Amino acid sequence: MKEIITGAEALMRALMNEGVDTIFGYPGGSIMPVFDAMYDHRHNFRQVLVRHEQGATHAAEGYARSSGRVGVCIVTSGPGATNTLTGISDAILDSTPIVVIAGQVASGVLGTDAFQEIDLVGVTQPISKWSYQIRRAEDIAWAVARAFYIARSGRPGPVVLDFTKNAQVSQVAYEPAELGKIRSYVPYPKPLPEAVKAAAELIGRAQRPYALVGQGVELGEAHEELKAFLEKGNIPAARTLLGLSALPSDYPLTMGMLGMHGNLSCNINTNQADVIIAIGMRFSDRVTGDLTTYAKQAKIIHLDIDRAEIDKCVKADIPVIGDCKETLPLITELMPEGSHKEWIESFADYDAIEQERVIDKALNPKEGPIKMGEVARCVSDATNNSAILVTDVGQNQMMACRYFKYTKPHSVLTSGGLGTMGYGLPAAVGASMAVPDRTVCVFMGDGGFQMNMQELGTIMEQRVPVKMILMNNNYLGNVRQWQEMFYNNRYSWTPMMNPDYNMIASAYGIPSRLVVKREELADAVREMIETPGAFLLHVAVEEEDNVMPMIPPGASICDMVLE
Amino acid sequence: MDKKLYTVIIYSENLAGVLNQVTSEFTRRQMNIETLNVSSSSIEGVHRYTLSLWSEEEIIQKVVKRLEKKIDILRANYYTEDEIFVQEVALYKISTPKLLDNKQISRIIRHNNARVIEINSTYTVVEQTGKTETIIKLYKEFAAEECVLQFVKSGHIAVTRDVIEHLTEQLYVFDEDANRTRE
Repeated sequence: MKEIITGAEALMRALMNEGVDTIFGYPGGSIMPVFDAMYDHRHNFRQVLVRHEQGATHAAEGYARSSGRVGVCIVTSGPGATNTLTGISDAILDSTPIVVIAGQVASGVLGTDAFQEIDLVGVTQPISKWSYQIRRAEDIAWAVARAFYIARSGRPGPVVLDFTKNAQVSQVAYEPAELGKIRSYVPYPKPLPEAVKAAAELIGRAQRPYALVGQGVELGEAHEELKAFLEKGNIPAARTLLGLSALPSDYPLTMGMLGMHGNLSCNINTNQADVIIAIGMRFSDRVTGDLTTYAKQAKIIHLDIDRAEIDKCVKADIPVIGDCKETLPLITELMPEGSHKEWIESFADYDAIEQERVIDKALNPKEGPIKMGEVARCVSDATNNSAILVTDVGQNQMMACRYFKYTKPHSVLTSGGLGTMGYGLPAAVGASMAVPDRTVCVFMGDGGFQMNMQELGTIMEQRVPVKMILMNNNYLGNVRQWQEMFYNNRYSWTPMMNPDYNMIASAYGIPSRLVVKREELADAVREMIETPGAFLLHVAVEEEDNVMPMIPPGASICDMVLE
Repeated sequence: MDKKLYTVIIYSENLAGVLNQVTSEFTRRQMNIETLNVSSSSIEGVHRYTLSLWSEEEIIQKVVKRLEKKIDILRANYYTEDEIFVQEVALYKISTPKLLDNKQISRIIRHNNARVIEINSTYTVVEQTGKTETIIKLYKEFAAEECVLQFVKSGHIAVTRDVIEHLTEQLYVFDEDANRTRE
C-alpha cells in the first residue's frame, strides 16, 4: 500500500530518489513546510544554509560543474526566488545542470499580489531549460523526476520548480515516479551516418585541420574519445575558456586557449586552418571576434548535441549533431591517420612572440608590484596543477585561466556566457562540497569578492576548505583596462576604496595572509595550501596591470593587441 | 536583407505557459507577430500555433530552431507563402437599417461572395473567408458605405502543401529518438 505523506515530505522522497546528497538553500514563508520536512532529513542531505539566494544558485552550479551531478537549491517565493535569477541565467548560458525549487503562494491566491508572490514561471521561462509550477501534491514525484532528467540530459541546463504552498501541505499517496520518455524532447539526437562520413572524409583531405574544443567535451565526458580523435588525425587543438580542462595543459596536441584573451597562435591559426572541427563549442563572440573576418577560408565541421547551435553564429559546412562521446569515435573510425607536422609547428612561431612579449612579463617580472599572472602560476605549481580552479569574473578570471595548468577533467569553473561577478566564491563552496577529495582554489578580484562576500558565513559554518586568492588592485580592473585602452584613461567608477579584507576574514574565523612583496608570495601560497581548511590569501597586485594579449571588442581575431 | 512574410507552424504539448515560451523567443529579438492563431490540432493533447511575421530567412531559421528546442514543443517549422495554403476568416457587423436603405451594400455582399450569417433589426453579421487582401477589400467597400459597426479577422490559418504529413511522421521519429539515452 502507498504511504500517505505531505507534499513537502514527498519532495524529500523524490529528491532522495534522484540521489541528491547536498541542498543549498534559504528558508522563508512560502517554503516553510519543506524546510520543516528537511528537519527530519538532517542525515539524508547535507543542508547548506547560504547567506543569499544568489549564493545558493552559484554553489549549486559549482557543485554541478565539478562533479557532473545536478546541483539543487531550495528557496522561498518572491525575493528568494528573484535572487536566483542571476544564477539561473548563468546556468543556461553555461549549460549547467541545476534544479531550483522555490516556494510559491497557495494556488488559491495566485494572481492576487499575495505577499511575496511573483510569477516565477513567467519570469524564468526565457532563462531556464524548463520551468514548471507544482500546484498539486500528486504531481510532485512526476515533476521532480522530470526536472532532474531534463536538467542533466542532453545539453544540460537549469530547471525551475515553482512549488505552491498548498501542494506542500496537502496529503498524497506517494510512490516514486517512473519517468517515461518525453516525446517532445530528444536529448541525444542520433548521428546521421552521412554527416559522420562526410566529416571523416573532409578531415582526411585536410592539410591544416584544427580542432576547437569546448565544454561539450567535458559535459559529454568525451575526454578519451577526443584524444583518440586528435591522435589518429594528428590534429592540433585549441580550447575555449569553458573547455580548458577538456585536455591537459601539457598534452602535446593542446595548443592553448581561444578568444579575446586567448593565445596568439590559437587565434591567428583559426584563420589559417583549412578545416575547422568545432567540438561542443558555440562560437561565442568572445571566441570569434568580428564574424565577417572569422575563419572564412576554412570548411567548418560542427559537432554539437544542440541542433540550435548549428549555423547560429558560424555556418557549418558539415553539421554533426549528437553527443560528442558518440560522434567523435564514429568519425575517428572512418578517418585516415594524419600527419600535420609543419602545420602543428606553425603554432610555435606565434607562441614564441607571445612568450617574449606577454607571458615572460606576466610570470617572471624582476621588479615592481606583484603581477596577477605570477600569482596564478604560483598557486597552480603549489597544487601540482591538479586543483580545481574557480574564478570570479574580470582580470582575475582571465589571468587565472591563462596561467593555471590543468591535468584533470572538470578543473575549470568560471562564468563564461553570463560573465557573472560574484560567481566565484559560492561556486567554490559548491565545488568543494561536491568533490571533497580535490583542492579548490578560487581567484577573485576585489570587485567580485564583495559581490557575494556574505558567503564567507557559509564557509565558516560549513567548514568549507576553499583556498581563496584575492587579487586586490583597488580597481574594477577589467573595466579600468577598457577605459585605459578605449576611453582615454577616463577611470569612471572604477577606482575603489577597499576594506581590510584580512580583518573581514578574521571576523569569520578564517585564517588569512596579506602579501605585498614578491619574495613572500611562494611562502604565502605554501602556507595557504598547507593550512587545513579555508584560507584567504590577500595579494596586493599591480594596480594598473592589463590582461594581454587581447582582441579588441569588434576586431578580428587576427588583430590581437600584445601590449 | 529582404524581409518576407513567413508563416510559422508549431505543435506543442497542451500545457500552461507554452504561448509565453513561444512569444519570448520573438520578444527578445523585438520581432512583431502579425497574426497568431492557437487551437487544438487533429492529434489529441497537441496544440497547434500558426504565426505570421515579417523576417529575414536567416533570422526566422534560428528562431524556429530555438523554438523546437523548448521541452514542451514538439515541432516548429517556417514556410513562405508559396509553401502553404493560407486563409483567414472575417466577420463584419453592419447596420441593418443602412443595409435596407442602401442597395449598394447588398450588391457588395453578392459581388464578394460573402455570406450573411445573422440578421436582425439592428445589425447584420457577414462572414468572409479568403486571403487577407480579399478580406480587407470587402472591409474597405463596406467602410465606404459607412455601415460597419464592428470588424474582426482571424489570424492566418494554414496547411502545408506537402504531400506527407510531417507531424504524424515526426511523432513517430520522436518516439524512437526520445528513447535514446547515453550509454
